[in-house]
Amino acid sequence: MYASRRARLTGLLYLAPALLFVLVFTAWPMVQMAWMSLHSWSIIEPPKWVGLANYLRAWNDRQFWTSLGFTLEYTAWITPVLIVTGYLLALLVVPNTPLRKLTRAVVFVPVVIGLGVSSLLWYWLFSYDFGLVNRALVDLGVVAKPVVWFGEDANRAMWAVITSIVWKVVGFGMLLFVAAMQSIPQEVNEAAMVDGASYWQRVRRITLPLTARTVLLVTLFSIIGSLLAFDQFYLMTAGQPFNKTATSVFWIYLNSFPYLKLGYGAALSLVLAVIILLMTVAQMALARKTHA
Amino acid sequence: MSAEDTLVRPAPRGKDAAQAMPGGRAAYLVGALCMVIIAIMIAPLLVSVAASFKTTAEAAAIPPTWFPHVLSLDSYERLWSYQDGLPTYLFNSAGTAVLTILICLGLTIPAGYALARFPIPGKELLFVFLLLALIIPYQALLTPLFFMFAELRLTNTLAGLAIIHTAIQIPFSIYIMRNSFEAVPRELEEAAVIDGCSSWQVLLRIYLPAIRPAIVTVALFAFITSWNEFLAALVIMNKGSIFTLPLVLAAARQETSIGGTDWGMLQSGITIAIIPCVLFYVLLQKYYVSGFLSGAVK
Repeated sequence: MYASRRARLTGLLYLAPALLFVLVFTAWPMVQMAWMSLHSWSIIEPPKWVGLANYLRAWNDRQFWTSLGFTLEYTAWITPVLIVTGYLLALLVVPNTPLRKLTRAVVFVPVVIGLGVSSLLWYWLFSYDFGLVNRALVDLGVVAKPVVWFGEDANRAMWAVITSIVWKVVGFGMLLFVAAMQSIPQEVNEAAMVDGASYWQRVRRITLPLTARTVLLVTLFSIIGSLLAFDQFYLMTAGQPFNKTATSVFWIYLNSFPYLKLGYGAALSLVLAVIILLMTVAQMALARKTHA
Repeated sequence: MSAEDTLVRPAPRGKDAAQAMPGGRAAYLVGALCMVIIAIMIAPLLVSVAASFKTTAEAAAIPPTWFPHVLSLDSYERLWSYQDGLPTYLFNSAGTAVLTILICLGLTIPAGYALARFPIPGKELLFVFLLLALIIPYQALLTPLFFMFAELRLTNTLAGLAIIHTAIQIPFSIYIMRNSFEAVPRELEEAAVIDGCSSWQVLLRIYLPAIRPAIVTVALFAFITSWNEFLAALVIMNKGSIFTLPLVLAAARQETSIGGTDWGMLQSGITIAIIPCVLFYVLLQKYYVSGFLSGAVK
C-alpha cells in the first residue's frame, strides 16, 4: 500500500513538468483566446468587454468571407490533386526495386525542407523577369511572353502556389500510400492474377478498397493543412491582388499582429479552430480505425 | 478437349503475365517514368543551388540563365555580411532548434516513463490532456501566446520561440516516448530494482539506452520543426538581430540591391537553410519514415 502510493507520487512527479508545460502554453492560451475574443483588446490600452461584438464584426467583415472563401477554394483544388498524384506515385514505386526505392526517397526530399524556404524558392522560379518557369515556357514556345504569376490574377497565383505545394508535400501522401499498399497480403493480388485480372482491374478492385482508409486519412491531412495555409501565400502572393489570396490564417495574422486588434484576431482564431476541430475529430476517429 | 484445357488453364497464364511485367516493355516504361519523376523533383533544388553560385551580374540577368557560366561565391559573401550577418542568423536558428530539442526531450522522456511504468490515477485522461495541442492548431493560439509572451517578456527571445516550437512537438513526442517505454521488457527493470536501483537510476541506466531510437526520432522532428518554422517566428520576433534564417530570407526577398531582389543572395540563403534538413534526411532516413508513419496514425 505504502509502496504503491509512493509509486503513484513518483510517477506524477515525472509527469508533472510536461503537464505544467501543456497547461501553461496550450491549455491556458485556449482559455485566454476565448476570453480575449469577448474584448476589445490591444497591448497599449486596457481590454474592454464587448461581448459578441467581435463575432458580429467578423460576420460583417467582407475580407473575413473573402479569406475563408479563398482558403476553401484552395483546399478544394489542392486536395484532389495531391491525393491523385500521391496515389499514382505510390502505385508506381510500391515494389521494392532499387530504382523505385530511389524514386521514393527523392520524392520525399521536399517534405523535409521548410515550407517558408520552399515558398521563397518557388517565388523565384515563378518570378516574372528572373524566373525559370517563364524562361522554360517562353523557350518551349508555350507562351509568347512571360506570364505574370503573382499579383495580377488570383486564380493564376493560386495554381502557381498549388504547383509548389504539390512538389513540397506529395511525398508525404505517397509514403503513407506505399505503407498501406505494402500491407496488403501478397496472396490477395496473386489470387486475382490467377483469375486473369489485369493490372488496373486489380488496382480498382483490390488496392483501392484495401487502402481506402489511408486515402481518407491523407485527404483529411490535406484539408487541415490547406485550411491553415499561410507561409506559401504570405511569401509568394503576399495576399495580392487586393487581398484576394489572403488566406484565413493570413487575415488572423494581419489583425492580431501588424494591426494589434488582438480581440478580433482571437475571435477569428476561435472560428478557425472550431472548423479545424471538426476535421481533426474525423481524422482521429479514422486513424483509430485504420490502426486497429 | 485436353489441349483446350491446358490452353485456357488460368494459373500459368496469370503467372506468365506477372513475369512478363519486369522483363518487358512495361519495365522500360516504369524505369523511364521513375527517371522523369526524379528529374522533376530534383530540378527546383538543383537550379536554386546552381543559382547561388552565379556571379552578381549573372544572378540578375534577364532572362535568367539555367546554370552559372562562371562559378562564384559572391552571393555567399553578400549573405555573410547581410545586415547582422549570416553567423547571427545561423546562431539564432540553431540555438532555437537546440533549445527546442532539449526542452522537448527534458519534458517527454520523464513523461513517457511515467505513463508507461507508473500506476498514476487518471492516467489516460492525463495522457489525452498532454495531446491537447492536437485538437487546436498552433496558428490559432498565436494571438493569446503573443500577448502572454509580451507580458512575460518572452518576445524577441530564442527561449520564447523554442517554447512555441516545443508546444507544437509535444503530442508527437509524448506519443513516441510512451510507446517506446512500453516496448521495453519489464524484466530488465525488475532485475535492476532487485539490485536496489531507484526509479531515477532505472531510467538512466536501463531505459535511456533502450529507448535511443525514440530519442533520435523526437530530437530529429523537433529540430526539423524548429529549423523550418516560419509563422511563430514571424509573430514573436520583430527585431532584426534576433531573426531566424527563414525570417531574414523573407525580409531579404523584399530587399533591393540594384533595382530588385538580390536573387543570388536569396538562393545562397535557401541553399544553406536546406543543407541540414537534407543531410539529416540522408543520414537518418529510417527514423524519418517511421516517425512520419507513426505520427500520421497517432
